[in-house]
Amino acid sequence: MHDANANRAAQSFALLTASAVLVNPVGLHARPSVKLTQCAKGFAARIEIALAADGPWTDAKSPVKVMRVKAPQGATLHFRISGPDGEAALAAMLALVHDGFGEA
Amino acid sequence: MSSSRPGNVGIVIVSHSPKIAEGAADMVRQMVGDAVPLAWTGGDVDGGLGTNVAGILEAIETAWSPAGVAILVDLGGAETNSEMAVEMLAEDRRSRVLVCNAPVVEGAVIAATESSGGSPLAAVKRSAEEFYA
Repeated sequence: MHDANANRAAQSFALLTASAVLVNPVGLHARPSVKLTQCAKGFAARIEIALAADGPWTDAKSPVKVMRVKAPQGATLHFRISGPDGEAALAAMLALVHDGFGEA
Repeated sequence: MSSSRPGNVGIVIVSHSPKIAEGAADMVRQMVGDAVPLAWTGGDVDGGLGTNVAGILEAIETAWSPAGVAILVDLGGAETNSEMAVEMLAEDRRSRVLVCNAPVVEGAVIAATESSGGSPLAAVKRSAEEFYA
């Protein structure tokens, strides 16, 4: 019963998805990876990234895993977000990518 | 995220070479920012390549946080001297300092990234050690 309640709580947040093209010159290398994870950690929502719309998905709050994605410039970065602050998280993530992680 | 927060885990970088230790610290500051207490130490007491317990103790003191301190080391003596320094800490601090099994430069950046998000010491160590996973 406790589990059922937990499930209902998790499902009450819509799964948000969006994508953006990496515009910064070297793609998702070390420094942008750090910025992405720092930004992601500022939200309670579960945030995942992928290079394709059907995954595989990577936890955006893990700096090591994000760097391993090795997303190059021009790649499309997909986001999958779920949580109480999901919409704000998605907006912040997309802004970061559009902004070239501040180094474009 | 611009000023050091006392609640974040501190990071200590220990290398045989002061240049490596300082350079790794520079990378942490530039990539992660100032939200994490950070200190580095390197070289033996005569200024040659090596590490020394007193220098490590001083670095732990500088980077001290109530959330604890994660130490990143390079080779052999850096690890044994760091463990010795931890042994010499006051008992209430000893359990809040961990030596990470991770590459010194990459581990320092990742540990600091994890710490800057407010993660506890165990999570900071785990994240740095993901490099060898």
